[in-house]
Amino acid sequence: MTSHSTPLLEVQGLVKHFPLKKDLLGRGGGVVRAVDGVSFALQKGETLGVVGESGCGKSTTARLLMHLIEPDRGDIVFDARAVGGRELGLKDYRRQVQMVFQDSYASLNPRLTIEDSIAFAPQVHGTPHAEAVARARDLLARVGLAPQRFAERYPHELSGGQRQRVNIARALALQPRIIILDEAVSALDKSVEAQVLNLLLDLKDEFGLTYVFISHDLNVVRYISDRVMVMYLGQVVEIGESEALFESPRHPYTKALLSSIPSMDPDHRTEKPALAGDPPNPINPPSGCRFHTRCERAEGVCSQRVPTLVGGTAGHPVACLMYEAGSGHSAAERAAA
Amino acid sequence: MSEAFVDIQNLTVTFTGGRKPVRAVGGVDLQVQRGEVVALIGESGSGKSVTLRSLLRLHPPKRTQMGGQLRVAGQDVLKMSSSQLADYRGKVTSMIFQEPLLALDPVYTVGAQIVESIRRHENVSAEAAQKRALELFERVRIPSPERRLAAYPHEMSGGMRQRAMIALALACKPQLLLADEPTTALDATVQIQILLLLRELQREMGLSVIFVTHDIGAALEVADRIAVMYAGRIVEVGSARALIREPRHPYTLALLKSRAHGALAKGARLETIGGAPPDLSALPPGCAFAERCSFANEGCRQTAPEVVMLAPDHGARCLRTDATAAEKVPVA
Repeated sequence: MTSHSTPLLEVQGLVKHFPLKKDLLGRGGGVVRAVDGVSFALQKGETLGVVGESGCGKSTTARLLMHLIEPDRGDIVFDARAVGGRELGLKDYRRQVQMVFQDSYASLNPRLTIEDSIAFAPQVHGTPHAEAVARARDLLARVGLAPQRFAERYPHELSGGQRQRVNIARALALQPRIIILDEAVSALDKSVEAQVLNLLLDLKDEFGLTYVFISHDLNVVRYISDRVMVMYLGQVVEIGESEALFESPRHPYTKALLSSIPSMDPDHRTEKPALAGDPPNPINPPSGCRFHTRCERAEGVCSQRVPTLVGGTAGHPVACLMYEAGSGHSAAERAAA
Repeated sequence: MSEAFVDIQNLTVTFTGGRKPVRAVGGVDLQVQRGEVVALIGESGSGKSVTLRSLLRLHPPKRTQMGGQLRVAGQDVLKMSSSQLADYRGKVTSMIFQEPLLALDPVYTVGAQIVESIRRHENVSAEAAQKRALELFERVRIPSPERRLAAYPHEMSGGMRQRAMIALALACKPQLLLADEPTTALDATVQIQILLLLRELQREMGLSVIFVTHDIGAALEVADRIAVMYAGRIVEVGSARALIREPRHPYTLALLKSRAHGALAKGARLETIGGAPPDLSALPPGCAFAERCSFANEGCRQTAPEVVMLAPDHGARCLRTDATAAEKVPVA
């Protein structure tokens, strides 16, 4: 990891709570703590994978990064300039950061040809029409769709894999430096997914891109990511180099998540699920360590004390009291002794 | 030799609603024994879900032509009258779907839906049916089952809803359970719970299961045998072990190689399958996969291949199985 250089994107203490509506009798209310204090840095040219169960805040984090929704608290710093203020306005910021969504059909305007869809954003940003269209056709060729056959088509005339290529081309149209891929290959068939993943690797080299790759498919994340961030109920529980994290996960949640990957071996099938039940509701997350209700290593202290994300010498940062010196967890005591 | 519990012979399904008839299933043969779990895998449009739905005759009758033979527990499904069909659905064969929120009725509690299903098929009191529903909920391990029976589908989480749908499907003690991508919409941590639950219930109740998925990993976790479908036909069928260790059809090989998995070197490109699946309304005369196949020769484009038996329980619909024998697929 190039920790000495300035990160391309730095996120500090990002928080987003969604208030719930009260019903007619005034019951309910409360807040969904979708993202609750997320900090990380994105290095130039790396791919950061983000994993976690549904409701863990992966997608909300992505939308906050894009400023599609306003964070309640926290700072986003792009290339040493604070985003959203005088240093770097949102319009300029969004030239640099683009996003590809899961639903390839819903994210394209059905009434624009794909050429017009791709050329749209550059025109908003002041590129003349002819130049924007020429660049759109160029990008279509780059993502493997021959412009003479495809440029005039509408989204409904394309397959899911082709539409996702269009979305990637559109994201590239502003020549951004970061692309956020939110479950961008999840809806595709395996053979098409492989094609799109190869395309993403090629484009990354060619344009010097940095990716944030959000997916629930752990195999794909392992394959494409340099570093991986594991989220649980709106917080980061572990972050580290992809291989280190997959080979020797530290947080009990990461361990459980990884052992949920099917074994691919009919002679050694999984016998016992690593985690029982669904993730708890982010409306009222458990006290202390949010994972303690499902954790097999949980002790009394885990429901009282909030772990912090600490690095230490023994590997990558993890938010777990077992690794926090003096936390009162028996595993931490043993390590200290 | 006694007849297989599920016996599908040369099943064809053609949808005639559009401009051109679409042959979604073009001659599927499949036998499933009592207590056996068979997974149908393949990509979108390969005909796996259409085959599955045919077993309950769920396709719109006016726009669907079905041919061949479909027998379950000795009954000819394609010849059933509508009242016979109503007795058969749920009692002999039932189904769980990918999206429980769409499959369950949003205006009734889950408990009421289970009670209704039991009382439709059996002459029991409402109290007895309610009691059965509670037992079912305990069996699929829904926490605080009494309270959950009175819940509406939207009040449950995804994993819980899928458990409730399994309870509903098992309410009338069927012998054959059809599962259409039952874990695709779930998180990995919940997926493995549901797969293990299905495996356990299948063993306890001696169910035959046909399980449709596009995820080879999920199929390997539960299935005794796996059938791979492409363009409306089964192209390879064999034990789960044979299929993962010695795949012989070029499509199966390509599918396994295109997976991202742990053993891959960083930055290595994934092997992909060029081209796209054929148009089901205009299929080529020869092998449907020939256009995309790296082993194909002139013969493959002329003649539609028959099934080649490679072992007593392993067959592939391919003319070039001699050439694919040397292929190795690393899996992890």
